[in-house]
Amino acid sequence: MRVNLTVNGRPRTADDVWEGESLLYVLRERLGLPGAKNACEQGECGSCTVRLDGDLVCACLVAAGQAEGADVTTVEGLAEADGTLAPVQRAFLDAGAVQCGFCTPGLLMVADDLLASHSNPTDGDIREALSGNLCRCTGYEKILDAVRLAAARADGTAPR
Amino acid sequence: MTAPVTGTPRLTQHAAPADGRIGASTPRPDGTLKVTGAFAYSSDLWHEDMLWGHTLRSPHAHARILGIDIAEALTVPGVTAVLTHADLTAATHYGLELSDQPVLAADRVRYQGEAVALVAADHPETARRAAARIRVAYEELPVVHDEASATAPGAPVLHPGRTDHYAAHVPHPNVLHRQPVLHGDARAAAPTADVVVTGDYETGTQDQAPLGPESGLAVPAEDGGVDLYVATQWLHVDRQQLAPILGLPPEKVRLTLAGVGGAFGAREDLSMQAHACLLAMRTGRPVKMVYSREESFFGHVHRHPARLHYEHGATRDGILVHVRARIVLDGGAYASSSPAVVGNAASLALGPYRVPNADIEALALYTNNPPCGAMRGFGAVQACFAYESQMDKLAAALGMDPVELRRRNAVAQGDVMPTGQPIDSPAPAAELLRLVKERPLPPERPWDTGPADAPDLRALPGGLSNTTHGEGVVRGVGYAIGIKNIGFSEGFDDYATARVGLALAGGEPVATVHTAAAEVGQGGVTVQAQIARTELGVPRVALLPPDTTVGSAGSTSASRQTYMTGGAVRAACAAVRDEVLRRGRARHGWPAGELRLADGLVVTGDGTAVGALADVLDEGPVERETEFRHRPTQPFDPHTGQGLGHVQYALCAHRAVVDVDTELGLVKVVELAAAQDVGRALNPLSVVGQIQGGSTQGLGLAVMEEIVVGPDGRQRNPSFTDYLIPTVLDTPAMPVDVLELADPHAPYGLRGVGEPSTLSSTPAIVAALRQATGRPLTRVPVRPEHLVGRA
Repeated sequence: MRVNLTVNGRPRTADDVWEGESLLYVLRERLGLPGAKNACEQGECGSCTVRLDGDLVCACLVAAGQAEGADVTTVEGLAEADGTLAPVQRAFLDAGAVQCGFCTPGLLMVADDLLASHSNPTDGDIREALSGNLCRCTGYEKILDAVRLAAARADGTAPR
Repeated sequence: MTAPVTGTPRLTQHAAPADGRIGASTPRPDGTLKVTGAFAYSSDLWHEDMLWGHTLRSPHAHARILGIDIAEALTVPGVTAVLTHADLTAATHYGLELSDQPVLAADRVRYQGEAVALVAADHPETARRAAARIRVAYEELPVVHDEASATAPGAPVLHPGRTDHYAAHVPHPNVLHRQPVLHGDARAAAPTADVVVTGDYETGTQDQAPLGPESGLAVPAEDGGVDLYVATQWLHVDRQQLAPILGLPPEKVRLTLAGVGGAFGAREDLSMQAHACLLAMRTGRPVKMVYSREESFFGHVHRHPARLHYEHGATRDGILVHVRARIVLDGGAYASSSPAVVGNAASLALGPYRVPNADIEALALYTNNPPCGAMRGFGAVQACFAYESQMDKLAAALGMDPVELRRRNAVAQGDVMPTGQPIDSPAPAAELLRLVKERPLPPERPWDTGPADAPDLRALPGGLSNTTHGEGVVRGVGYAIGIKNIGFSEGFDDYATARVGLALAGGEPVATVHTAAAEVGQGGVTVQAQIARTELGVPRVALLPPDTTVGSAGSTSASRQTYMTGGAVRAACAAVRDEVLRRGRARHGWPAGELRLADGLVVTGDGTAVGALADVLDEGPVERETEFRHRPTQPFDPHTGQGLGHVQYALCAHRAVVDVDTELGLVKVVELAAAQDVGRALNPLSVVGQIQGGSTQGLGLAVMEEIVVGPDGRQRNPSFTDYLIPTVLDTPAMPVDVLELADPHAPYGLRGVGEPSTLSSTPAIVAALRQATGRPLTRVPVRPEHLVGRA
């Protein structure tokens, strides 16, 4: 089948899609966007998190056909067109939140979403928001630091 | 290679250089790629005209293969090739140390998940469906699943006719390797102890669970060879195993490191490497293989489950008199790195304590359980859980504070390990315990942050399940310390290679660093560049992709890469510097005394510039390739375990604070404080990240993580739905004290940092759980039923 959707602001078309394919597979294997990751493909790890019509979803659990006509944002769409990193991306680098980086795209999508709706999240808020995303390298401390840093920079209490 | 040593103990709070040299928390060179989704992991690769490979695996833990019929699978539209053992034309077995594992099973499978056949097709689903149409006729065989069944009279021998060099020293052919360590005279000393405590302990099977699945892309080459892009921990040992299987000379098996989504030991053994190459060579087309999460649980080795029996004797004053220890590790169906895990468990069985008399035995079994091998901590983790549990038990028997008991017996530089090896660099066990002990405790009732009638559920055991508002919740505090060897031990010729160049680009000097070291997330790439900046005095460093066109870097294992490949980069930089100075002295008359490279200039000891790199690089680049070795080690004597077996020791201590819902057996780890001596922190931010990550994997083993294997040898929970790794809600605040006591034998005085925190985290948490519940808790992971006394 053919799937038409908008990805990171651009209309895209995937042809010859088998009905059993997930949105994740279409993004990664058919549209050349491997940023969303394939750590479990069971909806448990959050590494494939993307924004689908405004909501965060595990792209592995969305059938490709369900994304027909949808507006999808992936990690590749977080930075500015000129390559300027989004604030959460900058904060993850500055705080040392990236090790192997396989969980990073999903966590960035969730952190970006959290900070869009909570300007000053508590640690409990951050932990709750990130609790669907597994990281095996960091023990999460530096990831929490990164989200705190991005929040503080956004409200001017930390230098950018 | 001996580093200048400061000798002064210090915490990492000194001003860090901001110029990207060692000691600075320099950003990762791959960081921007990783946060933008552009970093190419091994499962992200794509090639025009590529096929997808899939592996058919055994559903049985032990069975005879009566026949394999691939005819129906070959008729599936889109299928290009189906391979079985009959298609192997060269070596049929492989292994890290012993070649005992079939590339594809021939007449027998020894564990559930063993690879039996391969399919290549135009779509991964086509390959999966075709694999399901391969007919394999099995005759199930009796399963051996523990020491009793593996060594019982008449037990099936899993590897008959063994000729490996361990076979002569084992009590049964299903014992892969047995290592005694005899120190002093435990038999004579035991009756003199005032207090003796014994205990039996058990650790479950832990999975490394790196988030990146096993994956890669094999591309057949015009010269008859193959190019493999893969996530691994050691490119050259992969090639060493692959070339015989493929029937190719090593130079025609070219490996390039693809992006690695974590490793933790899971990528030491081959997984899809040989299978993808075989399919690519058969079809003449590129073949990509990507394991699903479920397949990943079957496609790599795990941490050995262990049963440990210990006896500790001490004087009334709490001075250890003797220890007896017996450690039985389940190696599963194939050898993998089990012999080395046994060596670690045996030689580190006593922990960082002075023990005058010890009788230790460690062994690994062959069983029909999942194969076990390397995981962060490598044999030292299981021992640490047991000896630290024993130290708490002994402290209770003596009526002594558990940290005080540890302090009285703590090793220090100059003490001798039970193998007879002296500890000849700092070993600040007592100081690390002091650091975690003296840290202020976190506040009680952390859920009382808002109005009295609305506790923050997220801070309670049970969390948002809303199972308690504090009723029945009891706090516990526990301590532990562990000792880990760094680098490859027991006489292994352990080396790393680095090729370093210095050239002009646009008139500016630029260093290039080329190694085969696998970057698995730990930040090896960051410190390699920091070392080159430090040694060559140039701000611009380019790292070339790790591949097999440069010499081996050894494994990204055993916490060894900063020491080893870092040491190689440093040595290669020194050789480049020597050539630069030779040219300058010959061409420009630079003085003969000590000269340094700094900021692109050549300066004397007092900082006076005598020239610039550009003055000599204009005649062409300088390039040097150097092999670096740590000081040699020795094998352990097979009967006494004596020998200078280890390169370096590293220590980490933890204090765990837990809240336990004692009615439901639910746990909230409130804080997990660590203190570790790292010799020298080349990148302090990365060092802390390693310590926190290792601590969290120890937390997982303490309270969550176990591959449940039934007596039939089958895994019950091969998924992230059922195998639970800690989430951010399970993981506490983890304050870290970093001690830097230089090791005079190591480059820059550094000590490997990746593993030690994985050891002591587990027993510290369990000690805290024991204090909260009063229950013995002799098995990890601790489950709710253990905490409420129903198991």
